[in-house]
Amino acid sequence: MNNMNPNVKISVKNLNLFYGNFQALKEINMSIQKNKITAFIGPSGCGKSTFLKTLNRMNDLVEGCKISGEILMDGVDIYNNYDILDLRKRVGMVFQKPNPFPMSIYDNIAYGPRTHGIRKRKELDEIVETSLRQASVWDDVKDRLNSNALALSGGQQQRICIARAIAVKPEVLLMDEPTSALDPISTLKIEDLITELKKNYTIAIVTHNMQQASRVSDYTAFFLLGELVEFNETIKIFTIPENKKTEDYITGRFG
Amino acid sequence: MNSRTLQRISAETAKWIFRAASIFSVLALLLITVFLIAYGAPAIFEIGPKEFLLGTQWQPNAKIFGILPMILASIYITLGAALIGFPLGLLTAVFLAEVAPPRLANLVRPLIKLLAGIPSVVCGFFGLMVLVPRIMDIQGAGNSMLAAMIILGIMILPTVVSISETALRAVPSSYKEASYALGESRISTIFRVTIPAAKSGILTSFALGAGRAIGEATAVALVAGNKVQIPSSIFDSVRTLTTNCVFEMGYASGLHQRALFATAVILFILIILINIALSVLGNKEEKHE
Amino acid sequence: MKSAKAKRRWKDRGLSGIVWLSGGISAAILLVIIGYIIISGIPHLSVSFLQGILPMVANTLFIIFISLLLCIPLGIFTAIYLNEYAKPGRMVRTIRFAVDCLAGIPSIIFGLFGMLLFNKFLGFSYSMLSGGLTLTIMILPTMIRTVEEALKSVPQSFREASLALGATKLRTIRKTVLPSCLTGITTGIILAIGRIVGETAALIFTAGTVNGMAFSTSVSDQFGLLESGRTLAVHMYLIAKESVSMDEAYATALVLIVITLVINGAAGLISKRQKKFD
Repeated sequence: MNNMNPNVKISVKNLNLFYGNFQALKEINMSIQKNKITAFIGPSGCGKSTFLKTLNRMNDLVEGCKISGEILMDGVDIYNNYDILDLRKRVGMVFQKPNPFPMSIYDNIAYGPRTHGIRKRKELDEIVETSLRQASVWDDVKDRLNSNALALSGGQQQRICIARAIAVKPEVLLMDEPTSALDPISTLKIEDLITELKKNYTIAIVTHNMQQASRVSDYTAFFLLGELVEFNETIKIFTIPENKKTEDYITGRFG
Repeated sequence: MNSRTLQRISAETAKWIFRAASIFSVLALLLITVFLIAYGAPAIFEIGPKEFLLGTQWQPNAKIFGILPMILASIYITLGAALIGFPLGLLTAVFLAEVAPPRLANLVRPLIKLLAGIPSVVCGFFGLMVLVPRIMDIQGAGNSMLAAMIILGIMILPTVVSISETALRAVPSSYKEASYALGESRISTIFRVTIPAAKSGILTSFALGAGRAIGEATAVALVAGNKVQIPSSIFDSVRTLTTNCVFEMGYASGLHQRALFATAVILFILIILINIALSVLGNKEEKHE
Repeated sequence: MKSAKAKRRWKDRGLSGIVWLSGGISAAILLVIIGYIIISGIPHLSVSFLQGILPMVANTLFIIFISLLLCIPLGIFTAIYLNEYAKPGRMVRTIRFAVDCLAGIPSIIFGLFGMLLFNKFLGFSYSMLSGGLTLTIMILPTMIRTVEEALKSVPQSFREASLALGATKLRTIRKTVLPSCLTGITTGIILAIGRIVGETAALIFTAGTVNGMAFSTSVSDQFGLLESGRTLAVHMYLIAKESVSMDEAYATALVLIVITLVINGAAGLISKRQKKFD
């Protein structure tokens, strides 16, 4: 039963999620491909963000949240006796609003590595630099690593957050509408960055913006009312959708 | 042992430490109740509940312990303080929340806060040096219920003002707008709409203020006098439940000492009654929303 | 019709007048008290007076130290438990009820309780330790509330970011949440110090009224922990009550007021900085 297809990073089987009596996700099945970008689209409240958060178990923090089904990462069920701290190290996350800690840029990036036991200054220096370079924000901030991260612009802050997430060397990056709080220019820069990052990471991104989904993603999943309506290659979803509802949504007839 | 296991163990330990710490407050409250009652309540029965609560004489040497005069003095003084502190406090809260220009309000508010920080012994001293001589000019010895009422009225102001102001500010502006739309003026809207809407918060501030007044010891000890008598005029020198403990605990022993703890039990019960009234008011508010 | 309008206008003016008057009276009361204490206190200040109150100042500091030593961790831990760990339910309601009740108990009751538990039951007698422990319990509710307020002001997104990086809840609290609300905690501590400095009724029967410095540098005396001593506020009460020396009472009141002003000023300044940070 283990899906050991080497191209599949995460496979989700019959996933149901309840908040108390409310069923927020219904029988979701999906395979997320390694080193590809998978976009989750759909109207507000359709469950796409909830689904994203099941992948690093951030939903565990929500009172009364229950889950059935399985989510396998590299063939191992992350809900069955899986070390949650390890999981979150392997599956990084970038949030809707840039949320750097109120500390220096350096300490922001070093937060994760320090959490996972790296203490040597030299090693940390190296991680901070490579992470910031990967997030293409190194040139902007290299001269002021010790200044407060909150002093940066929104776009820079979000790239700091991306750098912070990749500093723990995750395998998967989850992005929850990472550009929704940014201006168009910063948005484009972040999109370029995301495409760049897929070489090294498997990426899942929730977005409200359909152009964004079609620009950056390889696969797209369309959610509606807690159900996965359609999941396919992005090109197909946006050109020849199989489902009427998908077509209505991407052509802007509702949502 | 790897660092992950260590992290997990310390996280779990910390959680238990936090929980234990938070139980400390419950434990402290229980201990206070148990100790006071265990030490004070038997004395009430030894003296006789009726003799204790309704007796008008307090003569430790003759083993006569009646605290009715003190109960009445405490209640009268609290009522007097309320008469001064409640309206003045509420109107000041209205001033800060609704009437004063923001810059003036921001100037006055810290002053009220500062008043809360003045030690009660200093307030009492002020009363002793300034109020008592003025009252003496009018009638009696000066050390009187009246002096205690005024000083406590002042001391409960910050409590009444700050909680009432919060309550007034929490009233949705739509209520006020509806009233303006009916042609009501700003000021009469405050009295006819805003204050009634903030009622439960205001009552809470009154209850807290009353609790503070009835429990104050030092300031009252300095200005209220020390005569055990059923008060018949605001110019009378009186002893209250709190000052009874303050004045005699230092040298009392045996039944006398236990009678003093019994006095504290009665005070404690009065405070708890006020607290219960308060939480009933709070519950009402939640239902209201 | 016109007269009704005029009547209403007069009524509005009257009400406005009363509100302004009340605000003015409240502010004036404070200014009069402070002004009176300062003006009548200054002439009584002298070097010998200040030397005379040194033991009481030392006792006050000693009691502050003992109380805070226990109250800071207890207050912070309780607030962390209530705000970060506890799920709503009977347990939390019980704790909150207890904290509210403790906040409403008058200081004389704390004093009598401390006398029973610490002086008698545990045998500490009249001592700095009894006084300090009594005040620990007394100021705990204030500490819990201010720290909780501060914790609440930390955005949830900080916690999420840290947890998503694989940090434990404990590490998240230690490295992210607490550093973000240091100013709030500091304000709480300053306010607690203010209450300890001004306290009398809870100390008279616990720390006692001995006129002298309790602190000792000798280990064999437990640093004077078990010695009795009066704080500055207790000293003030005793000399005012016994009318020992009104000169000294005036000067002591002045010192207490100045300390109050400094403490309130400091708390105000710090909480202003907190606002800027957000």
